[in-house]
Amino acid sequence: MTTPRRLLLVAAPALLLAPAIAHATPDAMAAALREFTGGAEVRRGRVAMDISPLVENGNTVPLSVIVDSPMTEDDHVRAIAIFNERNPQPHVITAHYSARSGQALLATHIRLATSQNLLAVAALSGGTFWSDSAQVVVTLAACLEG
Amino acid sequence: MARVLINIPREIRAGETIAIRTLIQHAMESGYRPGADGNVVPRDILRRFTARFDDEVVFAAEFSPAIAANPFLSFTMNVVAGGTLTLRWEGDNGFDQTETRRITVA
Repeated sequence: MTTPRRLLLVAAPALLLAPAIAHATPDAMAAALREFTGGAEVRRGRVAMDISPLVENGNTVPLSVIVDSPMTEDDHVRAIAIFNERNPQPHVITAHYSARSGQALLATHIRLATSQNLLAVAALSGGTFWSDSAQVVVTLAACLEG
Repeated sequence: MARVLINIPREIRAGETIAIRTLIQHAMESGYRPGADGNVVPRDILRRFTARFDDEVVFAAEFSPAIAANPFLSFTMNVVAGGTLTLRWEGDNGFDQTETRRITVA
């Protein structure tokens, strides 16, 4: 059984190594998300985010998002936005689509400053918002330290 | 002019949805990284990408510094008939580059 004192001992090195650089926080991510959705409800589902759960190099991380949608004039994906919790800025990319896109697909390479949660949100033409999230562990962070 | 790679399927049938992959050479300097002299290197990134097919926007994206150097993008487009695909990248310090590709259907 681990006593609270032992826990503190285990946690102490982590406290000493706490980064001095300001990161975006889950609150900042929520604010960026509100800006994108205008406060509308975001439901889980229809969005599939594909990213490796264990990333060796945070400088370039392949990421792809696909949204289940017929992509017709009446029912299509207007936009997909990616947000993160702990990079210096919560926003990653916003992509815009029309019925001409044929498929709501986004693939790019992103930077991750540290292990964190990612959120992909799709805005549909009907005014609804859908999301998917992913947790990523980063072993080599994107170069903030030079 | 930055070097650009654009991958378009070679044979396209009318009505087909094709995937286009693009890569442009750019450092995407985030504005958070200290340089060799210890001072933070000023931000210099691409901000916006637009893909037009015969003057109709089929895909557009806004980048943040969290996009990796040499931005790679893949997107899809429904091709009904042949036309001209115009890809434009805009960024900090007046960066503006446009590439056009002719698309023909079999």
